[in-house]
Amino acid sequence: MRTSFGERLLDLAVNGFLWGFRILIVVIVVLGTFLTIRAGKYTSEQWIDFVVFGISQGSIYALIALGYTMVYGILRMINFAHGEIFMSGAFGGYFIATWLTGIGFMDKYPVFGLIISMMFGMLVSTLIALLVERIAYRPLRGAPRLVPLISAIGASFFLQYTFRGFFGPGVYAYPSMKALDGEWIFFGIGILKVQIVVTIAAVVMMSILYSIVMFTKIGKAMRAVSENKDVAALMGIDVNRIIVTTFALGAAMAGAAGVLYALTYRQVNFFTGFTPGIKAFTAAVLGGIGNIPGAMVGGLVLGIVESVGPALFLDSIGIPRPYQLKDAIAYIMLVMILLFRPSGILGERVSKKA
Amino acid sequence: MMIKKENLIWIAIKTGLLSGVIAIFLCLIGMIEVFSKRDVIEHIITLGDFILLVSAVSAGIIAARAASNPDQEKQPLKNYLAGALAGLTTGILIIAFIGLSQTINLRSVFLSASPSLFKLLTFKGGTSWIWIYPSIGLASGLLGTTLFLLPEKFRQPITRAIFITFLMALFSGLFRVIMINRAGSIAKLAKYLFGQTGLTLSGATIFFVAIIAISMFWTARSKNLQEGFSRIPKAGQTSLRVALYVLLAYVVIMLPQVSGPFIAQVVVIVSLYALMGLGLNITLGFAGLLDLGFVAFFAVGAYTVGLLTSYGIFGLQHIPFWVAVPIAVLVAMMFGAFLGLPVLGVRGDYLAIATLGFGEIVRLLAGSDFLAPFFGGPQGIIGIQKPCLGTLGEFLKVDVPRICNGIEFGGPKEIYYLAVASAILVAFIALRLQKSRLGRAWMAIREDEDVAEALGINLIQTKLLAYMLGAAFAGLGGAIFTVLVGSIFATSMQLIVSINVVALIIVGGMGSIPGVIVGAIALIGMPELLREVSEYRFLFYGAALIMMMLAKPEGLWPSQATLRELHHEDPGEDLDVASSQAKA
Amino acid sequence: MNKRLFALLSVLVLASMMLAACGAPAPAATEAPAAPAATEAPVVATEAPVAAFQCTDAIGCVDIAPGEPVHIAYWGVLSGPDSSLGEDSKRGVEIAIDDMGGKFQGHDILLTTEDAGCTPEGGATAATKLATDTSIVGLIGSSCSDETVGGIATLTNAGLTTISPSNTRPVLTSPDRGPDYAGYLRTAHSDAFQGKAVAEFAYNFLKVTKAATLHDGSTYAQALQQVFADEFVKLGGTIVAQEAVAKDATDMKPVLTTIAAAKPEFLYYPVFVAVGGYVTAQIRDVAGLENVKIAGSDGIFTADLLKGGGENTKGMYLSSPDFSAFTGDYAGFIAKHTAKYGGTTLSTFHAHAYDAANILFAALGKVAVADADGTLHVGRQALRDAIYATKDFKGITGTLSCSPSGDCGAPVIAVYEIMNSDPASWNPSDATNPNPKKIFP
Repeated sequence: MRTSFGERLLDLAVNGFLWGFRILIVVIVVLGTFLTIRAGKYTSEQWIDFVVFGISQGSIYALIALGYTMVYGILRMINFAHGEIFMSGAFGGYFIATWLTGIGFMDKYPVFGLIISMMFGMLVSTLIALLVERIAYRPLRGAPRLVPLISAIGASFFLQYTFRGFFGPGVYAYPSMKALDGEWIFFGIGILKVQIVVTIAAVVMMSILYSIVMFTKIGKAMRAVSENKDVAALMGIDVNRIIVTTFALGAAMAGAAGVLYALTYRQVNFFTGFTPGIKAFTAAVLGGIGNIPGAMVGGLVLGIVESVGPALFLDSIGIPRPYQLKDAIAYIMLVMILLFRPSGILGERVSKKA
Repeated sequence: MMIKKENLIWIAIKTGLLSGVIAIFLCLIGMIEVFSKRDVIEHIITLGDFILLVSAVSAGIIAARAASNPDQEKQPLKNYLAGALAGLTTGILIIAFIGLSQTINLRSVFLSASPSLFKLLTFKGGTSWIWIYPSIGLASGLLGTTLFLLPEKFRQPITRAIFITFLMALFSGLFRVIMINRAGSIAKLAKYLFGQTGLTLSGATIFFVAIIAISMFWTARSKNLQEGFSRIPKAGQTSLRVALYVLLAYVVIMLPQVSGPFIAQVVVIVSLYALMGLGLNITLGFAGLLDLGFVAFFAVGAYTVGLLTSYGIFGLQHIPFWVAVPIAVLVAMMFGAFLGLPVLGVRGDYLAIATLGFGEIVRLLAGSDFLAPFFGGPQGIIGIQKPCLGTLGEFLKVDVPRICNGIEFGGPKEIYYLAVASAILVAFIALRLQKSRLGRAWMAIREDEDVAEALGINLIQTKLLAYMLGAAFAGLGGAIFTVLVGSIFATSMQLIVSINVVALIIVGGMGSIPGVIVGAIALIGMPELLREVSEYRFLFYGAALIMMMLAKPEGLWPSQATLRELHHEDPGEDLDVASSQAKA
Repeated sequence: MNKRLFALLSVLVLASMMLAACGAPAPAATEAPAAPAATEAPVVATEAPVAAFQCTDAIGCVDIAPGEPVHIAYWGVLSGPDSSLGEDSKRGVEIAIDDMGGKFQGHDILLTTEDAGCTPEGGATAATKLATDTSIVGLIGSSCSDETVGGIATLTNAGLTTISPSNTRPVLTSPDRGPDYAGYLRTAHSDAFQGKAVAEFAYNFLKVTKAATLHDGSTYAQALQQVFADEFVKLGGTIVAQEAVAKDATDMKPVLTTIAAAKPEFLYYPVFVAVGGYVTAQIRDVAGLENVKIAGSDGIFTADLLKGGGENTKGMYLSSPDFSAFTGDYAGFIAKHTAKYGGTTLSTFHAHAYDAANILFAALGKVAVADADGTLHVGRQALRDAIYATKDFKGITGTLSCSPSGDCGAPVIAVYEIMNSDPASWNPSDATNPNPKKIFP
């Protein structure tokens, strides 16, 4: 290939810029961290708190991100309506949890109450996801890549404003569970019960999902379909059924995440799904989209960076109100990671157009 | 293939159930109650009634279609049976819903299941509804079947007429206001055709009949007209085309004068989105780089103009708009390169999310307290000098606009010309770019990056140019937006703007320049006009996006390349799409 | 191609027909009523007649023929994440109309709503649309101050007058606000009073000296916490931390931990319901903030805060208009609200919207002139003047008088303490057992 001098110069400039950018970010991170730690504004308990808060938030992101990643793995499509599926799960859980609290069941058997609420939330979100898949996605299976994306954006709006119609624009408050108030003490460090329960529940859900995908026949079929749909069909796999199962599993995870999220933050309304949806999508990409462990890692990393990042990097270098820029830090980190690893933390290198 | 009798009944019932569920859904989201305050035809049929009726009639049509067998002659009896059954089922389902609501309190879950809704649905109490719904359902089903059985040349005009009359009713407030503002006999005509909340009976009849007549005339004559056109000699054809363009130009120039500022404002907003769409069309449509943070460049253009022209405390310079715009475009271009650089090696959906991040970063920084001393933070930049065709007076003091000696582009009616001219100019540039060497290089990248590189296309240079030019167009849009609103707030730069721009490109037809314009009109203009139905605006928007993608995945005005691609695809998959569409 | 050609052609033909029809008589518009009256007598017999009424108003009149409705409009945020604010006010207006029996001097009242989306460009578009409709008499709105900034000039120049139930940005009613704001009044109070009142409360009443603030990046919250901070320092206190979060943030524990590191005694977060709920619910979980005194403002003065914030809301302070000055039947209003919409109110400003609508109707009652045939005439400037002249109006938010710069809300700010975290117990105007309860001044 013949390259002119000008082109070589451009290449040089571009590479110089990129390295400059990388070095700048690394310097900010290192300098900020150093200054913050030297300033000693926060105690070590507070640092542990930051991390714990991040893990709890991150595990919810991870649960939602699973749905994105699984659907992407199989259909190569961004299911933009996934955030709303998550929100519908939170609403489903709300009604059953309120009812259970009302009849006193929740106080007597908090564990069962929680499990029932989660199951119901998962059921609601799964049903809605299947409906969306049937109406808005299935007919578009052979269409160009961006067409289902737009249809998904449409579904997202439609679901949001359907819920607004059903339940109004106001806030719905989750009943508070006595059993989840307060802290448990581990090695002298108090950690909130809600966060432990949420994190454990998320880990359990993820393990179940991971086992399904890795160790069952249907999981094997899912992996086969995500490798190559046509060949999988030739092997006698009912591709359609596998796709539906994938949607259902992803939605169930989102529904569970919805209930856990609402337990932590106590309120739900029709717009609840939007931001976590985008964040989880980011987490999925961060970990390497299409990759299930990647979604988990991505979610956790995102959660922790959002929680720790502003205090650690920005506080001491003179940026006021660092938490206002929490999302900006998360996105800059995303770009950084993509700079070093263009297909995410655990993603494979994409050689063809994804 | 024979359709068995049980099958037929089941299909009809299923269709009826589906339409009944849709009707109940519309009740539960509160739409029927809200729309019952709007009329289609004054004092006769409200918008709410109309929607319920349409659901029953469509059930009739669909069931009747399912019952007919293309291989055999028509069997009207069978069709009627199916249609009636479907309509009846719809009616019965609604009764069941009302009955249910009287035994259990639906409102403990669904806020919209209010007493006033059921008062409306039960015709202010009483029990008459028990027989009214099935009979209306039955009648609608039969009506639907009749519509289906009508020969094509009648059916099409009638459905078209119903649809357009409905649209006229929906927008009757708009038309009425415009016409009444003209005073004189036009105002009287307006009062004759349009009531306060919908069409008058006479208005509806006139529209209905007129559209049937025009439509039938067109179906009968369109062939002759086309033949006539092609028989005209070449020179004549050209002059006819020129005449058409002159007419178009006249309409465009006169529109704001006649329609008033609101339509002008909507056109300006549509043009701004068209500008952004044309920009994104370069990065996404031509070069295939999915950018979900396009609003960043819009913001850069807006803030640059704001900072350079504002007479408020954040105004850095007080230069005229016309000087600020080229600077804004340049700054946006540089920003395009700056944001494009880090993601040069990132592909596909990774790129989408990285750019989404850029859009969010720009918005967050612009609205943050960190940069508030420069960009105003949450308090925004206010006091932006309007463009002035002529000389601007001296800058006297902060917070006082400068005097314009000449024509001031103060309101939407004036900015309209600025926005439309920019959109046309940019569309022209985009058209030239598409056909240029660069345009072909972009398309090569879109098809396959690796092959393009192997062909000797410099990926870095070509991609960066796509980002820069796309950003330039969006920056221009931002600049005009700033003077339209007169203030800038970071809250205007939401992610939703970027999403809308991507959606309008795909809905219009990816890579197609007229498609961008059509997409902007459909996705931005329509919701703006429908501000009145505020809380259901986005519900319609979402439903419309889904339906457009199902019906026309290639877009409303696809480019030739897309069409070719669609036909090149594996025929098996194509068939699959077609059959599943038919099922849906 | 054929279809497209058809579409394009028909649009063009229609448009040019409209242009031809409409373009022509425009210059003659002023004489129009006289000329065609003779030829088209049968049609216009009821309208053109015996114009006993002569419009002398400086900015024009609205004529409402018999059978035509009195047209008022509401503009505000009805879509997106802030829609509960706008929906809440809209309901206030709707209840005010119901209370009129849906009629004004024999004419139906027609309410049009326009979504302004809580952005300046949304406000500009909504205002432009409303300004073209000459049948509109008066408006209620907007919800967010940004909407007003974008749209008010258009409305004022069209001769319209709007009363906002929920704008609190101080500059909107400052004496030097400029002629564009001539058509703007509000029943909500300015934040300038509020920030000061909270600072005095914290320093003089609670005797705290170290305060921290938190805002959500909204115009409202950012301005209000700054007013508070400035006043607090002026009184002699110290501001130990000023933090901010994004409007859509949910996990507040990290930012609260940062605040905890500064060891404040008092935390003021004048935000909106979503963020307010999250902060309140999470604040006691953060080490170091277990006993800090917390306060918010009118943006979260609603039962929804109790829903979102849960038990931690007990003992929280909220500044708000002084409800003890509420003279009217607020409980009666709430009863109507529950019957009509179910559930609790969505935000703080429904009562202000109700009052705004009633002020508009009262002013309308003063200036509307009825003809012999029942046609109502309303002078636009006269209506505007009548609204500005509102004095000792008995609303449910207090006895209201409008100032020349458009402030109708009683600027009496009180600080309340939440006594009970059960949303059902929310009733600040209850005589015996109010929740929240007024404690300052």
